[in-house]
Amino acid sequence: MNTQARHQPESLSDLFFSFSRLAIQGFGGVLAYMERELVDKKQWLTREEFVEEWAVARTMPGPAALNLSIMVGARYFGIRGVLVSLAGMFMLPSLLVLMLALGYARFGDNPHVLGAVRGMGAVASALFIATGLKLLTTFRTNVLGVLRCSLLAIASFTTIALLHWGVVNILVGLGGLACVLTYLKIRSRA
Amino acid sequence: MTLQNGVVMLWADWWDLFQHFLSYSIASIGGPLVLLPEMHHFMVTEQHWLTDGQFSASIVLAQAAPGPNILFVALMGWNIGLNAGGYLAGFGGAFLCMVGMLLPSSAVVFITAGWVQRNRDLKAVRAFKQGMSPIVIAMLIASGWTLATANTEAAHDWPLWLITTATTLIVWRTKIPMLWLLAAGAVLGASGLV
Repeated sequence: MNTQARHQPESLSDLFFSFSRLAIQGFGGVLAYMERELVDKKQWLTREEFVEEWAVARTMPGPAALNLSIMVGARYFGIRGVLVSLAGMFMLPSLLVLMLALGYARFGDNPHVLGAVRGMGAVASALFIATGLKLLTTFRTNVLGVLRCSLLAIASFTTIALLHWGVVNILVGLGGLACVLTYLKIRSRA
Repeated sequence: MTLQNGVVMLWADWWDLFQHFLSYSIASIGGPLVLLPEMHHFMVTEQHWLTDGQFSASIVLAQAAPGPNILFVALMGWNIGLNAGGYLAGFGGAFLCMVGMLLPSSAVVFITAGWVQRNRDLKAVRAFKQGMSPIVIAMLIASGWTLATANTEAAHDWPLWLITTATTLIVWRTKIPMLWLLAAGAVLGASGLV
């Protein structure tokens, strides 16, 4: 955590519109847009900070992207920031999804509509993968070192994506192991 | 999504539904999707408030629509409301389920995040954030992988996989707006090319 001056939300409305903008674009999930908006555009977080916050958000109950928006809102504006971030994440998307549900009841069996959803699904899954790949660069600054980080990541990917073990098992098992290794490493450095 | 009319929702039933979502919220460590089997059991199998088709359509639609995927919860409440009466009940149901799903977990996150921020220099906190990082990054890639490969097979769906691969490279390596890529995917899909 460095102390140099950095970008931060100017106001509650800045917070609201930033989260609205990324949520309204977030087809298939908002995470990829969050990373681009918060790290690349607004620069409220460095890529390293984004990953660390994400690690906390992902291990808590609730949807990780929302948890992250709560954490960002809370950091700058306390409870008001939380409410504003959540409002930004939900207001427009919830109206849109209800309209879509009404449309789906009428056009849901149209082959063109089904095809478009399939095509967008293929792109949306790529957004997740690409965001993950971009975040791999943070291994370089991780105290565990690139090698150990890579081994842990490969083990997690294999067990979840290919062997279909439960996510909670991996969070507790491999995550616990990773935390202990990191703790020992930090302590031996100090 | 066919209407299943004749579902009767008393105030006690709405309260029951709300309480169930409060408990799903607290239990949703590892992401809300791990709870889908339990939600299905309660709302579809046990109470018959939702049809099978409505249940899966809620998930698919929330994923296809812009915004947080957790909106599938709002759609489930919306459908229950429609089944029970009409659009007003639909709005009520969507709101009730969404608030139930968010309230407990958000409170936990708010309190914990504050503590983490105040104690960010503790060795244990630093170890947790740094240690968990490679795991959660891998999970992100794994969920993209699972989305891309679920319900598809190589012989028939290889064009879809090609799109996923190409898009991954583009997003990873360039700054091309992701909305354009989504639009391209939609056009290719709608035209029947993939």
